Amino acid sequence: MSAQPSVVIVDDHGLFRTGVRAELEGLVEIAGDVGSVEEAVRLITEVKPDVVLLDVHMPGGGGVEVIRRVAETAPAQRFLALSVSDAAEDVIAVVRAGARGYVTKTISGPDLADAITRVRDGDAVFSPRLAGFVLDAFAGQITEAEADPELDQLTLREREVLRLIARGYLYKEVALELSISPKTVEAHVSAVLRKLQLSNRHELSRWAVERRLVD
Amino acid sequence: MDRSVDRLSLGAGLGLIATGALLLADQRDMIELELGLFGGVVAIFLAGTGLALLWRRPTAPPVTSLTTSEMLTTAEVAPASRPDTDRLRDLYRGGFGIALIAGAALIVLSRTGALDSAGDAILTILVAILALALVLAPFWWRLGRNLAAERAERIRSQERADMAAHVHDSVLQTLTLVQKRADDPRAVAQLARAQERELRGWLFSGDRAFASASLATALEQTAAEVEEAHRVPIEVVAVGDGPVGDPGSALVAAAREAMVNASKFAPDAGEVAVYAELDPAHAEVFVRDRGGGFDPESLPADRQGIRESIMGRMERSGGTARIRSSDAGTEVELQIELGGSR
Repeated sequence: MSAQPSVVIVDDHGLFRTGVRAELEGLVEIAGDVGSVEEAVRLITEVKPDVVLLDVHMPGGGGVEVIRRVAETAPAQRFLALSVSDAAEDVIAVVRAGARGYVTKTISGPDLADAITRVRDGDAVFSPRLAGFVLDAFAGQITEAEADPELDQLTLREREVLRLIARGYLYKEVALELSISPKTVEAHVSAVLRKLQLSNRHELSRWAVERRLVD
Repeated sequence: MDRSVDRLSLGAGLGLIATGALLLADQRDMIELELGLFGGVVAIFLAGTGLALLWRRPTAPPVTSLTTSEMLTTAEVAPASRPDTDRLRDLYRGGFGIALIAGAALIVLSRTGALDSAGDAILTILVAILALALVLAPFWWRLGRNLAAERAERIRSQERADMAAHVHDSVLQTLTLVQKRADDPRAVAQLARAQERELRGWLFSGDRAFASASLATALEQTAAEVEEAHRVPIEVVAVGDGPVGDPGSALVAAAREAMVNASKFAPDAGEVAVYAELDPAHAEVFVRDRGGGFDPESLPADRQGIRESIMGRMERSGGTARIRSSDAGTEVELQIELGGSR
């Protein structure tokens, strides 16, 4: 899996797509870029890229809508959310819909290419900001009755990993700090991602309902 | 249309019809109403309920009784149509109350025999009122709708004006500055970041009710000021929130010093990462840069910044400061009890 990953860029700002294309030039194989939900669904199902770089906010339902509609025919398609949005509920919503990570648009080209490769390889990509959002979302106490210990709580270790990521540590630095292997760090982050997507936690559901994303 | 309004109107209509039918039947001697003590009690009960309905203050719509899917569909038309249905509800409640009181009055009249002679006249009046109501109802309803639509439009244009004013004061000003300083990339990046921060704050920070008392907000503002002064990007991630207070202020001041140090000594090493984990009782802040690092043990005596402004300040307020530095960067860890309860 060392070949360059193929990527489709979805963002309604043409200027931004051009910028990302230029930054990723030579680092990944760009299979196309589109600016609307409709075009995105068509192109993604047609070219089946390794990874879709997905803007969270777009007219016509945004990234969540793209993920939902692509998943109808290609549930295994991998998405990486890329956004300037700071609203926790939007970011959590797109990750809950199925994106395997979230990075902010200020990320550098090589870092972005690295994140794309990791998503291609099935890993989860958590920026410090996303780690903070997730810690926040899982922070509140929930009553014993509604708690599903498998899904509604983070283990101590997962929490430690997230805190280090929020502090700006790279995965390999997290591994060094906790004396575990980088693969184990990946495993913890993937577990957190799964919990985020499957948990029925009140806070997560409420966020989604407020944004009218589930019924 | 709102379901509870329908129910109320249905109730009012049925109440009116039942009272009328009862009295009519009594009038025609088809049944013999035992309007003794029982009739009195019924009359008082009806009148009381009617008065209660009339005097009760309008309440908020019972949103909780709606299912989620109903909320989702009604959310489409909210908030403009909400006051409209509210007013309708009050209208119907008023009608119901009047019907009940009128019913009570009729029972009393009927009991005292005063209705015997006036029966036909009252029936005539009732029919006339009913006809008039039927004629006027659509006009009345349309008038209410027009008023509500007008009000919604006014609110919308007010919001548009606020938004335009804000965009003008912030984004457009910044764009002008960016054009003027196009030859200084660092200044442009700085302007863009400051504007981005401001806009985000405006868009997303609505849920922090007391900004001046919020430790998270204080840290974000501090980071913005340091960034402004030293032109090194600082990324703040805050989880939870706590009170500013005395220990909180010391924490913010120490964190500021750590951010300033990171900006000064690692200016070209990318972003400075600030992570804050806060709750009402306890606060932890981490400031990390990716500069060349230094040896905290062999600090020259003149490095007042770290010795005094970070370590001394934290210790005096009952907190701790720890510095870890390597060639991969420096991390300042600050901890303090805030005195609140969790």
